[in-house]
Amino acid sequence: MRFLQRRLPFRAAADERRLTCATRLGTHPHGGEVKLKLKWISLILALSAVIMLSACKKKVAPPPPPPPPPPAAPTASLTANPNAIDKGQSSTLNWETSNATDVSIDGVGAVRPTGSQSVTPPESTTYTLTAKGPGGTQQATARVTVNAPPPPPTASSATEEELFSQNVKDIYFDYDKSDVRGDQQSSLQSDVAFLRQHPNIGVTVEGHCDERGSTEYNLALGDSRASAVRNALVQGGVAGDHVKTISYGKERPFCTESNEQCWQQNRRGHFVYQK
Amino acid sequence: MIRPIIFAVILASLFSSAFAQDWIRTGTGLGVEKVRIAVPDFKAATQDPKNTDLLRVFNDTLFSDLENAGIFDVVSKSFYPLGPIGTPADVKFEGWSGPPANAAMLAFGNLGVTGSNMTVQGWLYDVKNVASPQVLGKQYGDAPTPDAARLTAHKFADEIIFRLGGGIQGIAESKIVFVSSRTGKKEIWEMDYDGNNQHQVTHLGSISLSPRFSPDGSRIAFSSLTKSGWDILMYSLELDRVVAFPRFGGTNVSPAWAPDGTKIAFSSSRSGDPEIYVAEAAGTNLKRITSFKGPDVSPTWNRKTGAQIAWVSGRSGLPQIYMSEADGTNAQRFTEEGYAVSPSWSPNGQFLTFSWIRHYGPGAPGAQDIYLMDIASKQWVQLTHDGGRNDSPCWSPDGRHIVFQSNRSGTEQIWTMLADGTAQKPVTASGRNSQPNWSWK
Repeated sequence: MRFLQRRLPFRAAADERRLTCATRLGTHPHGGEVKLKLKWISLILALSAVIMLSACKKKVAPPPPPPPPPPAAPTASLTANPNAIDKGQSSTLNWETSNATDVSIDGVGAVRPTGSQSVTPPESTTYTLTAKGPGGTQQATARVTVNAPPPPPTASSATEEELFSQNVKDIYFDYDKSDVRGDQQSSLQSDVAFLRQHPNIGVTVEGHCDERGSTEYNLALGDSRASAVRNALVQGGVAGDHVKTISYGKERPFCTESNEQCWQQNRRGHFVYQK
Repeated sequence: MIRPIIFAVILASLFSSAFAQDWIRTGTGLGVEKVRIAVPDFKAATQDPKNTDLLRVFNDTLFSDLENAGIFDVVSKSFYPLGPIGTPADVKFEGWSGPPANAAMLAFGNLGVTGSNMTVQGWLYDVKNVASPQVLGKQYGDAPTPDAARLTAHKFADEIIFRLGGGIQGIAESKIVFVSSRTGKKEIWEMDYDGNNQHQVTHLGSISLSPRFSPDGSRIAFSSLTKSGWDILMYSLELDRVVAFPRFGGTNVSPAWAPDGTKIAFSSSRSGDPEIYVAEAAGTNLKRITSFKGPDVSPTWNRKTGAQIAWVSGRSGLPQIYMSEADGTNAQRFTEEGYAVSPSWSPNGQFLTFSWIRHYGPGAPGAQDIYLMDIASKQWVQLTHDGGRNDSPCWSPDGRHIVFQSNRSGTEQIWTMLADGTAQKPVTASGRNSQPNWSWK
């Protein structure tokens, strides 16, 4: 199959129509263009070629009928101002139409062709304006977003406290040491990041120790541990007045067995959320 | 072996200094005989039915006080001659001075209730001096109650100890304060030196620790967790309540009274790091005497001079005992190894007792025991060997005893012993008890 594209003068030289025929297999690499003189034979040939190539699509626009003067189509616009409100607040719908005989807004009812109205939707709502006229129907929409009310403060702090317990990690220490060791730096960094992201959260760092050694020495050691964690937080950019410290020495162990695993649990700087 | 020799020399100096003024020479581990004393039960002097109970309390208390004193060899009652003895007329000298009793001294007397009065007469006889046997004769009057009978026995025991113990006051009337959690919270408790009469002092419902008698016995300084953190609190035993004491901020623990009662040393982290401070007894005129990074805690004053302080510091790693003048100058490390905490300075100024894990580290047994160290020579003696964690030693006012805490029985309890490590015995059994502090007299 060949690719043919012919430009045929039709009726008059000024009236050219383009016949397009594309093969199913693809474009011929050397597709050309042939011009023929207007002759009866060639016209017949051309017409027979067209018939032969009936498998091909052809686009031939019918001659446009002389358009009767159509009725003008309606136009419509609808806006909401503001388009985002808190629950209980109201928004103003403004609309304009033309060429419409029947204008209505869903949820509001029939309205005048142009106007404005205040609405107080209980939840986010899309208002649809429908303008009908002899020329057809036109629609316009406007959405009013209702923001959820801020949750009560208690619910908010509970969530914050949950976030706190999920994100803030205790810092563990070596025996008799109060410097933050290398493997605790990532915990410390994430603690710093969280507390900087939540600058309204206060925190108490509790210094804890394992059961070995004297009660008094461990209270002092726990104080040093809590201070070390606090200093690291403040160095990381956490506001110092949001970080308190307290030592529990070996008075409130997390684990009460006498083995290293348990002792490690008890040698820590423990974070406690403060409202 | 050099250790036993050092051991003996230290104890010889301890006890010889205690008895230097008296004709009795005794010591522990030296083979020197203790005074052999017989203490037959006191006899009822009246027919009052209360006599039986009061006599039992009195006799038990007197016998154990003299046994506990550390300077007597109390003759077993099975060696005593038959027959009750209540007055000098009842004394048959040969029966006491000869075998099997072989006593040098005889303490005897009588107790009788008449109406609302209890009268006790007591004598101390040198039974080998038949011509002039009486060393002591005392008479006491009090209410006919078991507590009064116990107190009277303590008083009589202390008289005997004073006469036969080189002029050093006995401890039978002394008290011990300590921390007990038997109510569910750590509160300050007080008891007689022998474990009797245990009663709760504070009712704070928090955590109260490190009680320390003032030298005059009128107050107890301690540390307690309050709303503002760990504070030094002051309890008046005269007013029976907590009295005002300043709050300093930070963690404030381990108070220690100067021997004249005018100053208190304690540890405070008010500057950010736990350091030793000294204040007037009212908490005024606070002065910091240490300034090294690392925990500084548990001060104890030289009880003889008040001029030096020993304390625990973690500045060089594991905690060690340090010493300095009371103003902080001339600080020196005192222990060289292991893990040393909880120092207590002896009344004669010569010794420190403290808790030491001497060989701390991998492969070491890591036992925490009570040690005695001669300050001048740094020679030491290990006083506890029976396992468990032994901590918070404190001297008795006569310097012959040490009270401490040990969990060797399974729970933390208060124990006492002689300063040579003998005669160890628990004096508490209920709940968990720790951090004992012996009164100054």
